Amino acid sequence: MRSMSQLGNDLYTGKTSFPFVGRRRLWFLIAALLVIGSVLVPLVRPIQFSIEFTGGSQFTVSSLSNPDQALATEAVQSVVPDAHTKVTTVGDSAVRVQTDQMSPDDTQAVTAALADIYGVDESEVTSSFIGPSWGADVTRQSLWGLAIFLALTFLILALYFRTWKMSAAAIIGVVDVLIITIGIYALCGFEISPAAVIGFLTILAYSLYDTTVVFDKIRENTQEDGEVSGRTFGESVNLAVNQTLIRSINTTVVAILPVGAILFIGAFALGAQTLSDISLSIFVGIIVAAYSTLFVAAPLYSLFRENEPGLAERDARILAARERAIAPA
Amino acid sequence: MATSTPVRHAWRALTALLVITAVLFGINALGVYVFKGSSWTPELALDLQGGTQIILEAQTADGTAPTSEQLDQAVTIIRQRVDASGVGEADVTTEGGKNIVVQIPGQADEETRQRIEAAAQLQLRAVLYAGAPATTFVGEDGEETPYPTPDPTLNSTPTASPTNGSDPAWITDALYAEYLAYDCTDPANDPASAPEDEPLITCDADNTVKYILGPVELDGTSITDASAGLEQTSGQWVVNIKFDDAGTKTFGKISERLYGAEAPLNQFAFVLDGSVLSAPSMNAIILGGNPSISGSFTQETAQALGDQLKYGALPLSFEVVSSDTISATLGSQQLQIGLIAGLIGLVLVAIYSLISYRALGFVIIASLAVMGILTYVMLCILGWRLGFRLSLAGVAGLIVTIGFTADSFIVYFERIRDELRDGKSITGAVEDGWGRAKRTIYISKSINILAAVVLYILADATVKGFAFTLGLTTALDILIFILFTHPVMQLLARTRFFGSGHPLSGLDPTALGAVYRGRAQFRAPSAAAPKTAAERRNAKSRGEAERRQTIAERKQAALAATDAPKPGSKTQEGED
Repeated sequence: MRSMSQLGNDLYTGKTSFPFVGRRRLWFLIAALLVIGSVLVPLVRPIQFSIEFTGGSQFTVSSLSNPDQALATEAVQSVVPDAHTKVTTVGDSAVRVQTDQMSPDDTQAVTAALADIYGVDESEVTSSFIGPSWGADVTRQSLWGLAIFLALTFLILALYFRTWKMSAAAIIGVVDVLIITIGIYALCGFEISPAAVIGFLTILAYSLYDTTVVFDKIRENTQEDGEVSGRTFGESVNLAVNQTLIRSINTTVVAILPVGAILFIGAFALGAQTLSDISLSIFVGIIVAAYSTLFVAAPLYSLFRENEPGLAERDARILAARERAIAPA
Repeated sequence: MATSTPVRHAWRALTALLVITAVLFGINALGVYVFKGSSWTPELALDLQGGTQIILEAQTADGTAPTSEQLDQAVTIIRQRVDASGVGEADVTTEGGKNIVVQIPGQADEETRQRIEAAAQLQLRAVLYAGAPATTFVGEDGEETPYPTPDPTLNSTPTASPTNGSDPAWITDALYAEYLAYDCTDPANDPASAPEDEPLITCDADNTVKYILGPVELDGTSITDASAGLEQTSGQWVVNIKFDDAGTKTFGKISERLYGAEAPLNQFAFVLDGSVLSAPSMNAIILGGNPSISGSFTQETAQALGDQLKYGALPLSFEVVSSDTISATLGSQQLQIGLIAGLIGLVLVAIYSLISYRALGFVIIASLAVMGILTYVMLCILGWRLGFRLSLAGVAGLIVTIGFTADSFIVYFERIRDELRDGKSITGAVEDGWGRAKRTIYISKSINILAAVVLYILADATVKGFAFTLGLTTALDILIFILFTHPVMQLLARTRFFGSGHPLSGLDPTALGAVYRGRAQFRAPSAAAPKTAAERRNAKSRGEAERRQTIAERKQAALAATDAPKPGSKTQEGED
């Protein structure tokens, strides 16, 4: 097996080359299937929203030696007899109870009842109450943030790369990442919480960042090709993607390691829901972002540009020259 | 010893970084020891230190969205209420144009909650009695004695039924005893929730005057406007008030009653949340509904009172949209979990960097360490100056950015390796790789900063913490990239170990397959470090024009390699 640096060398010179652009029909087909799948998942398995979006009350009792779930239901019903309660055990010493929205008085009473029934101090009972408009506000503002961010990014990239087509490819790639990540999230039945929303927004930033690094190399290769190049436009793009492949792999690994650490610890640790929600979406998103840059954004860019008259003409000339070179041999 | 330009540049950059670090530590030291406002640990948000967060939505009586002035006024009102309840270190802020976020350390008791949620109520009451806020008297023995707690047997029903709001008959023996013992500063006294049809004992906002006030005669809804203005004849600042029709009539009657009465019965108090804003005396009979309050106002104080009367008058009510209580145990546990996760993440990144980049991995680790130090001191300073508090989402942001930060070094190192593959010297590769990598880093990091800024401006509190740390670390990342990583690479390229491309250095040209031959005509093959200063300068001075040519050549070489890989050729230079 080749070492990483040997692979890097071969990718750099073009000795080894993965057909990111060459087989783009296949990649686009896969991407389309993934996107369609992600859109269809919620129809089969509705997306779960956390109580921040649906409204409700939540209590967490920590420092328990015996987290018996039945006790929690009992405690809640002693205060509000007909309340819907959902009890989950968190870690091995805490219980989380989610109920319908409760009045402040009831919240107080349930807190006391829970502390009493589990025999802990009231300060070990964490309570939160969230009105249903709260999560909707968060979402609306996030969507605004998203739209403005994408618009500004489109502009900046178009100015920097001097072509809107690169912006378009990058943005489509990012939207692709977002849809697939949410699809995977829904498929696994994870709840969408405000923390997860933060995660999705981070992925956007990361994904665009990742794409920009690769696109900068593409810009360099294609701009400097000039008339004397022996490569078609698509081949230049492909070489650039291959030349940055080692970087893409290393970046993805390095970015995923700390996130994986949070995810691992957050999943086993009590009450660190914010951490696991954020890290889970980022974990999935980073992998999808790396995939999308290589298999969607870059091939898309070559597709957008190839048919420009100047480039198409040059490509034809190069291919013809190549034919001639091969023919006599 | 002659020092070449890149080396001088490197030392200068490192010195600059040292100075910046020292200045930041100096600023925080000033904050800690001189201004006593900062500390050596970052401020923690509620979810990490435990406490209560209540988010209120301000609602106007007619259902329209509150204006930003109303919201600011609401924040002031609520801040006064929280302070009055004796809770220290409460944090009251607005959010998203209609919400008010109240953060209180520890658990909020029911009374505090109710006090916070109560609607803002401006009441107008006649003054029955006013005096110094003393709760003690000097007795016959010449010693200061506290007034006794009112005896419950004292008469508490007026002897004669009061005929109007200023009737001294309101003051019963019990009320007077209570008044004497009333302590303005005791949070247990909550005049805000007192009944409207009974007299009230309260103080002004600065606790300089203690009052007994009559029952409520008018409330804030009858004030249509209040503003500060200059009185024409005297040139003094006054507060002009406008009443609505019903208010005009009532106020007219009150003014007839109060005008010419004996002090303090000629005073009329504006009471917001149970605290007296102002208690001017009636200097005329005002039937037109446009009284003005004069006194020793400055423009600011007149405007402040005008705002309080105007917006306090609007019956803003508050609805709780979310309320969170985090126990202190849970908070510290979450912080601990976050820190452990961060540490594990760092170790993993360090190990991977060392495997992937050999000794260069240490440059990544050192850069991350510098990053850690700068981020830490920045968090302390920002906590002090801007009230920034590190939340769990913020901690997650910091951990996530470890990987994002390491990426800028990866981009740079891969560029250096690319240049080495082109057959450049190590010093040359470090410079040329820098020239290319920095462009990539600038554009891609600007996208990241843009994301952070947009998120920060538009998002709610939870997202803000995250966006802030993301933006801060990205900015620091660029700073460290320029002032630490690059200079360190410039210096390392001149050491024997790295400069000669030792197999463990991560910069071994042989392993990197420095393929190519065509360049020898431009300069001496230089897999080894240039030996003279002139050569180094030469390596450095290859400019943009020549670089262009290099690329064209590289393309050819790449093509040649694709067509027919020539075994052995790639080690040719390395062994020279």
